[in-house]
Amino acid sequence: MKSALKAFPSKWLAVYAVAYMVFLYAPVILLPVFAFNDATVISFPLTGFTAKWFEVLWQTEALHGAVRNSLIVGLSSAVLSTVLGACAARAAARYRFPLKRGIMSFIMLPLVLPEIIVAVALLVLLMQLGMPLSLVTVVLGHVLICTPFSIAILSSAFTGLDQSLEEASFDLGETRWGTFRRVILPLVMPGVVSSLLITFTISLDEFIIAFFLTGTEVTLPVYIWSQLRFPGKLPSVMALGTILLALSVLLLILAEWFRRRAARKQGIEASATGGFA
Amino acid sequence: MASPSPKPIIDLAGVTKTFGSFQALKGIDATINEGEFFSLLGPSGCGKTTLLRMIAGFETPTGGTIVIAGQDMAGVPANRRPTNMVFQSYAIFPHLSVAENVGYGLKTRRLPKAEIAREVELALQMVDLGGLGSRAAHELSGGQRQRVALARALVMKPKVVLLDEPLSALDKKLRDQMQVELRQLQQRLGITFILVTHDQEEALTMSDRIAVMFDGRIAQLATPEELYRRPIDKRVASFIGVMNFLDARAKGGMNGHLALDIPALGNIELPSAQVPEGLDLRKLETIGIRPEMLTILFDGSEQTEQVATGTVTGTAYYGDMTYYSVRLPGHGEDVTISMRNTAGRSIVPPGSEVPVGWGADSIVLFQ
Repeated sequence: MKSALKAFPSKWLAVYAVAYMVFLYAPVILLPVFAFNDATVISFPLTGFTAKWFEVLWQTEALHGAVRNSLIVGLSSAVLSTVLGACAARAAARYRFPLKRGIMSFIMLPLVLPEIIVAVALLVLLMQLGMPLSLVTVVLGHVLICTPFSIAILSSAFTGLDQSLEEASFDLGETRWGTFRRVILPLVMPGVVSSLLITFTISLDEFIIAFFLTGTEVTLPVYIWSQLRFPGKLPSVMALGTILLALSVLLLILAEWFRRRAARKQGIEASATGGFA
Repeated sequence: MASPSPKPIIDLAGVTKTFGSFQALKGIDATINEGEFFSLLGPSGCGKTTLLRMIAGFETPTGGTIVIAGQDMAGVPANRRPTNMVFQSYAIFPHLSVAENVGYGLKTRRLPKAEIAREVELALQMVDLGGLGSRAAHELSGGQRQRVALARALVMKPKVVLLDEPLSALDKKLRDQMQVELRQLQQRLGITFILVTHDQEEALTMSDRIAVMFDGRIAQLATPEELYRRPIDKRVASFIGVMNFLDARAKGGMNGHLALDIPALGNIELPSAQVPEGLDLRKLETIGIRPEMLTILFDGSEQTEQVATGTVTGTAYYGDMTYYSVRLPGHGEDVTISMRNTAGRSIVPPGSEVPVGWGADSIVLFQ
């Protein structure tokens, strides 16, 4: 009786969990499956294994430009939003100032605003300012949506920092800047790296803002979208998607690894602080 | 023992501190001498930590002056003061090894590497951590962290070492051991130590002098013995050890003696030398007497001046000591009497009537 009661929910829970995982990841699995399929039409049954779609990617000049643009935008956005995020996280963790709660939630707002609204608003603003659309405008847009993520990641790093560590450093004759360099920075470094990786990933696959704010130089997602009009290009897009997927997963694993290392360094149980998302 | 002519190292004059509308310190005047083990003792919120942090330079006084080694500290930041602190949390840099922690301050002085290494090893030996320099900070036990924090302060050769409740995170046994070690280390080095603590036992066993603080003021500044034997008021008396308070009235003085009526114990004549200066005898309401100054007379073997009769209402056995609760006639509360459990002395069961002996010289007068 007792064991039956115990087994019943866990069995259904297992079924639910499996169904949930299938729902989440089955579409994603299709990417690599069709990327290696030897047919132009995306449909089952599979006809054979090939790597030719990856070769096609290698030979497409326009794609290389898009990759270069995305790397430029991703790196710039990651660095800028992490610097801004670090400043905000530090201020929130260390200082008391009027309207702190209000200001902090205001900074975090882009996290929940519909991206299309943000994109349209930015476009209108840039038009009003007479600023030509370019990679710079895309970077500005991406910094806007990446900074809240940076703050969220870095907040735990800065909040976990024992204030007496700074005082101890100062007490031992070190200057403010020396204290930042020798104590604060090394301790929040894993958080900074984690923030760089995640914001880079976000920027890399962001489409809506890039689509609205880009000029003639397109980023990778915008390029992919433009290729979808040609059915013949579909398998190579699948191949590109596979590469991006692998890259994203790798970056996220790296970011999480750094975050946990940061938590461990400060003696905080990694599970207690939870994931960043 | 303190040196014959004490030289002041820290001078606090009219030091106040206000946080918003809260007055944390209401005027602190004190002189701390060179080579002294000085304690700031008081309950939490009395301002002792604020005072220590102002000496260290982490807080700015609202008023008054702090002079360290003849130099006014106004406007001197913590990193340029001749003080070093042992933090309550120890504040060991978690990303550095033991040696890097201890050598942290020396590195800011741009000393050559070899010299830093030598100084660090000396400091580690001083706190019995010799050879552990390569250990990572997170591999240390609580007691070892405390020692590293101490070595990190001492290696700077400060004029004053500031200790903010350094033993509060340790268990009882380790704390007792560290009390002795800290005291010995301080005496050997001859450096001034200022200790903040809420533990009266800790302050009594380690200090040359203690400032007892309540509500942002120093209530009494004295040696441990003086504090224990002659507490200035009831608050200090009840904070330091256990004190029995009994109602009393002054009946008048005659030829160098003060006649007192203590309903619970009887009439007594006190030498006037024992009456604190400035005490208004008309306002005298209470006397204090320590548990060990009262004696339960077993077979009348003890020599005491006075004897009263009481009833045992409870006992607490501590191994070496037994604490009795005794009801005295004409006194609402039980008094506490501590008796050493010497050979052949059995514990008196509750309900027994016992003669209680006491002496006039152990009485403290309060307003």
